[in-house]
Amino acid sequence: MAELKYDKKTGRLLFTKQMKREYTILMPNMAPIHFRMLKDVFVHYGYKAELLETTGPEIAQTGLKYVHNDTCYPALLVIGQFIHALQSGKYDVHKTALMITQTGGGCRASNYIFLLRKALKKAGFAFVPVISLSFGMEKNPGFSLTVPLIRRFVGGLVYGDQLMLLSNQIKPYEVNKGETMALVQKWSDRLSEMLIEGKGYTLEEIDENLHKLTKDFSKIEVNRVPKVKVGIVGEIYVKYSKMANNGLEDFLADQDCEVCVPGLMGFAAFKVDNRLEDYKMFGGNRLKYEFCKMLLDYVTKLETLMVEAAKRFNFVPPHQYAHTKELVKGVIGYGSKMGEGWLLTAEMLELAETGYENIVCTQPFGCLPNHINGKGAIRRIKEIKPNANIVTIDYDPGAPKVNQENRIKLMLAVGREELQKKIDAEKADKAETEDQ
Amino acid sequence: MKLGLDIGSTTIKCVVLDDENKLIYSTYERHYSQITEKIAELLSRVRREIDGAEQAFVALSGSAGMGVAQDCGIDFVQEVYATRVAANTFIPGTDVVIELGGEDAKILFLTNGLEVRMNGTCAGGTGAFIDQMATLLNVPLEELDDLAKQYEKTYTIASRCGVFAKTDIQPLLNQGARKSDIAESIFKAVVSQTVAGLAQGREIEGQVVYLGGPLTFMSELRRCFDRTLGTTGICPENSLYYVACGAALCADKPIDFDDVIHRVKNYRGSGNFAFQPPLFETKEDYAAFQARHAKADVKQKELKGYKGKAYIGMDAGSTTVKGVVLNSDGELLFSQYLPSKGNPVEIIKAFLEEIYSINPDLNIVSSAVTGYGEDIIKNAFDADYGIVETIAHFTAAKYFMPDVEFIIDIGGQDIKCFKIHNGAIDNIFLNEACSSGCGSFLQTFANALGYNIKDFAKLGLFARRPVDLGSRCTVFMNSSVKQAQKDGATIEDISAGLSLSVVKNALYKVIRASDPDELGKRIVVQGGTFLNDAVLRAFELEMGVEVVRPNIAGLMGAYGAALYAMKKSAGKGRSKLSTAEDLRNFVHEIKVTNCGLCNNNCRLTINSFGGGRKFIAGNRCERPITKKAPATGMNMYEYKLSLINSYKPVEGLRGKLGIPMGLNMFELYPFWYRFFTELKFEVMHSPYSNRKLYQRGQQTIPSDTVCFPAKLMHGHVQTLIDQGVETIFYPCLSYNFDEHLGDNHYNCPVVAYYPEVIRNNMKDVKKVNFIKEYFGIHRPKDFPKKAYERLSFYFPDLTLNEVRVAAKRAYDEQAMYRAKVQAKGDEIIKKAEQEGKRIFVLAGRPYHIDPEINHGIDKLIAGFDVAIISEDVVSSRVDRFHTDVLNQWTYHSRLYAAARYVTTRKDMELVQLVSFGCGVDAITTDEVREILEAKNKIYTQIKIDEITNLGAVKIRIRSLLAAIEEQASEK
Repeated sequence: MAELKYDKKTGRLLFTKQMKREYTILMPNMAPIHFRMLKDVFVHYGYKAELLETTGPEIAQTGLKYVHNDTCYPALLVIGQFIHALQSGKYDVHKTALMITQTGGGCRASNYIFLLRKALKKAGFAFVPVISLSFGMEKNPGFSLTVPLIRRFVGGLVYGDQLMLLSNQIKPYEVNKGETMALVQKWSDRLSEMLIEGKGYTLEEIDENLHKLTKDFSKIEVNRVPKVKVGIVGEIYVKYSKMANNGLEDFLADQDCEVCVPGLMGFAAFKVDNRLEDYKMFGGNRLKYEFCKMLLDYVTKLETLMVEAAKRFNFVPPHQYAHTKELVKGVIGYGSKMGEGWLLTAEMLELAETGYENIVCTQPFGCLPNHINGKGAIRRIKEIKPNANIVTIDYDPGAPKVNQENRIKLMLAVGREELQKKIDAEKADKAETEDQ
Repeated sequence: MKLGLDIGSTTIKCVVLDDENKLIYSTYERHYSQITEKIAELLSRVRREIDGAEQAFVALSGSAGMGVAQDCGIDFVQEVYATRVAANTFIPGTDVVIELGGEDAKILFLTNGLEVRMNGTCAGGTGAFIDQMATLLNVPLEELDDLAKQYEKTYTIASRCGVFAKTDIQPLLNQGARKSDIAESIFKAVVSQTVAGLAQGREIEGQVVYLGGPLTFMSELRRCFDRTLGTTGICPENSLYYVACGAALCADKPIDFDDVIHRVKNYRGSGNFAFQPPLFETKEDYAAFQARHAKADVKQKELKGYKGKAYIGMDAGSTTVKGVVLNSDGELLFSQYLPSKGNPVEIIKAFLEEIYSINPDLNIVSSAVTGYGEDIIKNAFDADYGIVETIAHFTAAKYFMPDVEFIIDIGGQDIKCFKIHNGAIDNIFLNEACSSGCGSFLQTFANALGYNIKDFAKLGLFARRPVDLGSRCTVFMNSSVKQAQKDGATIEDISAGLSLSVVKNALYKVIRASDPDELGKRIVVQGGTFLNDAVLRAFELEMGVEVVRPNIAGLMGAYGAALYAMKKSAGKGRSKLSTAEDLRNFVHEIKVTNCGLCNNNCRLTINSFGGGRKFIAGNRCERPITKKAPATGMNMYEYKLSLINSYKPVEGLRGKLGIPMGLNMFELYPFWYRFFTELKFEVMHSPYSNRKLYQRGQQTIPSDTVCFPAKLMHGHVQTLIDQGVETIFYPCLSYNFDEHLGDNHYNCPVVAYYPEVIRNNMKDVKKVNFIKEYFGIHRPKDFPKKAYERLSFYFPDLTLNEVRVAAKRAYDEQAMYRAKVQAKGDEIIKKAEQEGKRIFVLAGRPYHIDPEINHGIDKLIAGFDVAIISEDVVSSRVDRFHTDVLNQWTYHSRLYAAARYVTTRKDMELVQLVSFGCGVDAITTDEVREILEAKNKIYTQIKIDEITNLGAVKIRIRSLLAAIEEQASEK
């Protein structure tokens, strides 16, 4: 068994090289399509990684037991899920490590890892090492984010975003039920294999894969009838995680809507860009600035590939970061970077611009940055985009699903009315042209 | 013909419209959660009574009907949408609809851009809230409206949550405030909640229509809205049926009545709900459990004819009043447990009268009173001692278990628990923000389902599948309960589930325990709620330990008070308590007035009891009683406020520049003041917060869950605009000064970016030059150049050199300010050391010195003859150290450092002020607690909000002082 080693300065339990060989690393599963590929990147680098697929009310209950109840919902769920897994008996807890992201921003999320450690201690798992997935915030001898790893990682994000985008645009209209998701599965498997083998991450490979997969999706037979188009934005975990948002996407699908969920690449670009903005606003290290600029350029290049592939086959292309950013100019300052920051506001503006004017803005109850960029910005958004039809939904362990769905239904009722108006107007137009 | 159903949280409405959309049939009934039965019944009835109903188009609306509708083949219409359709049909030209329902509050803006607003996760200001308040006042709903019509004055009552309002109203009642004034205040609170919570910056103007039960039935409530909105709204005929009518109007297909009724009757929902193991598997288990608990009892003796020494204990709690008479052996001669009905004075008087009538010659040696009403009762009846509740309960618990380690008392709306460490109260938990772990929670549900609390709780004992309801707000628990019912949970399952959820709320929300070892093995439970076997069992199951519940669990406060009186008097002398003769002459008069002795201008309630005895309530300090101003000079909070006043505006050729005095400005004012004064602006700040100022900006607050200090900023900015300031400077600051105490030096997201919210939500900022640019004060070297870039956009004539000089002076000024605070702090500490005074570190954020935010808590604590310093005075006395959390916010780093320093001193205690809704404090409070407790220091937290009940704060502080005293005397 691996010896437990601690950081000399802080006393933090380290993830050692020996652990890398012997331990299984558990990861939360925020966005299933994306995270599967991220996990595969780790597998390629010799880590034993496993995504937690558990759901159910016990997870929130476990979270409530070990984390301060006023902490944001994502922390309750992620930590609850980890501890629930450790207590399940499914894992050899002495050969298990946990991995959690740490962005280092000014919101509470940067503290999740510490809350997790506190919770582990409370639950009697102080010997389970926790790996911070961050840029240099905590170092571990058995784990490192190398540049090649990051490139593969970003590749995974690109694929995840594109699969999500395409399936959202096709699934509601598919003629043969289930065809879209089967294709998502097929491509996920294929890409996983590539990533495990260490392939599929160079610009050329990505371009080729995007082309092929987008083409495949374009071949699915569809019946285009007008549907209410809904965009989902919000705090990142609640926005993507089914467990956190009570299956929001499925609910909207049941309500006969087409859904658009802005991708993770925008968020990645945003986080990198924050460092550039900080430099511009407050001054700082020029070298770091240049490095981040390079990163952002790389992300932009990948984005362009996604957009081009989507356009080639007549899909609504994903948002382009530079454009999204431009939209929010004068609405919220680029310095508002904590949590999802100005990006959240920008995404709402962009959704309204691209036809997804019905918007669900999701957030954990009491989410601090969303007071500013979510609820705090809606009034302004409606001034700029009067067609925006936005509902904000708070998520926490006590918020009943019924109430949330009821509020969303209200937003949808208004959305349907507008849709009907549009259809009627088009009909009238058509009739008029035919008359002439 | 069209038929519409509206299934609300408490009532069901059914209408039939003819082809001209005229209402030809309507019914409005309570459904007592028997939703499916009611739907089936109504459909059958309508079919029977209305000719042609069989062919009618049918649709259903209402939050409680969603699931049923979908599964039983009736079209569902979202209820707000239905309201809108109905309003547009029946009252064309309607601009705004305000609708209050059982659990919902809604505003619909119909013209100039459709918008619909519903309450989110908070049910404050709804029908349920008004119901709760009526219950609290012990008047029927109709009477509440009549009462309100006779109001003379109003009080400020928190409307956000019934629980908060209760904590405001209960003391008012205990202090003898008039019910009519309270009734009006409740309505005002509802209005303010609706307007502030839902309008969110959009003005309510034009033709306003009032809908829904509360607004239909209560004319005074409508008038209250009228007054606030400056309009005269109309409450149309059939205002109760708009949702149902809207559903009918949207209906576009007939139903097969037989099939639908059959399906509704057999509707069982999904049949799955999360459940937990039964409380008791078998009757034998229950019998054994009862036998075990029967052992903890107090012997009953006869009061009549008793000749020996007697001791009286009284507990004037929030909802109940308890009184006991003991003999010298601690045996019970007499006891009473009665609802306080809003007036504990009358109840105690009756209690004493009854004692005297049973035993006119009783030799009462001593008496003591505790509980919310302690002060008034002590004054009214000359009780010998008043003791803080925690000490009363501890005294009583020791009688049953001398080595008790943990006491938990769950009463009507209070949870009190404390750990005992070395024979002294060590750690106190009180519920502040939430009463969902309390007895009134069960009571409310029992009543709603048509049971009394005793029968209701018993139902759950042998439930097979107790519903897992989790832990949260009472009001929203309603929806979960209804959902569970729909999914097939029996009333037994729900009863058991609620008992379990009471316990979970208490454990995980109030105490926040994760395992029993943390609380100790020796536990005494008390309070009326534990007399309930289901709750007791749930507690034992959840904790995994067997606990002691005395048979007088509901009387423990009074019992402890009596024991305390016995101990204090040492069996000697005679009690001062009112005699039978005194009671005959007893009068109780109430007068309400404003204090006027200082700026707070507290609303005082003066109770006179005849014989010149008076009791004043509502005061924040002792001044109206002693007529003397509180001693100054030992209160850092006061000093900091006065220091800000010393930065006087100097006329400047660039004009007036206003700074809103809130959040971080309480600390950064010196910096910006100097900076802009040097740049030749006349720098002024908005006045200190008060209620009026808050209300000025209240309509523009977009997020009702943000912290109160942030909400106040709207009022400050509005005030500056109204004062005619040309430029308002309110910068965004991601980072604060780096004080080298932590890993980073962020501001919290709200402090950092609130200017964005102001800019995006207050339309009046367009009238002025509103500067909310981003500045980096954490980088003094880069600051001048960057500030110059930002500001020259607004003031093109500025020069970089000017800004450089101003920046230099600004940094110097800030350093000087820090030095002054430091010096004053050191002085207070030194003086306290010399005088042997205790020092309280009142730890919070810079903005907690705002009197409207701290509600005078600093003065209240100073009233206990202690010195008060702030966290930043001592945070600089420790070196940077490792914390178990990411130490990344400047203000919060100080908290950890201050806590660390406090552990090194015997004469210092730390009390942490936490603003409700402060997400960051979910992290800091645990860490501060851990730092203190690691060195055996007591951690005390005070949660503050828009409204704060100083009574609860007093209990904490008194308990803390009592515990410190006891710890000292043990040593």
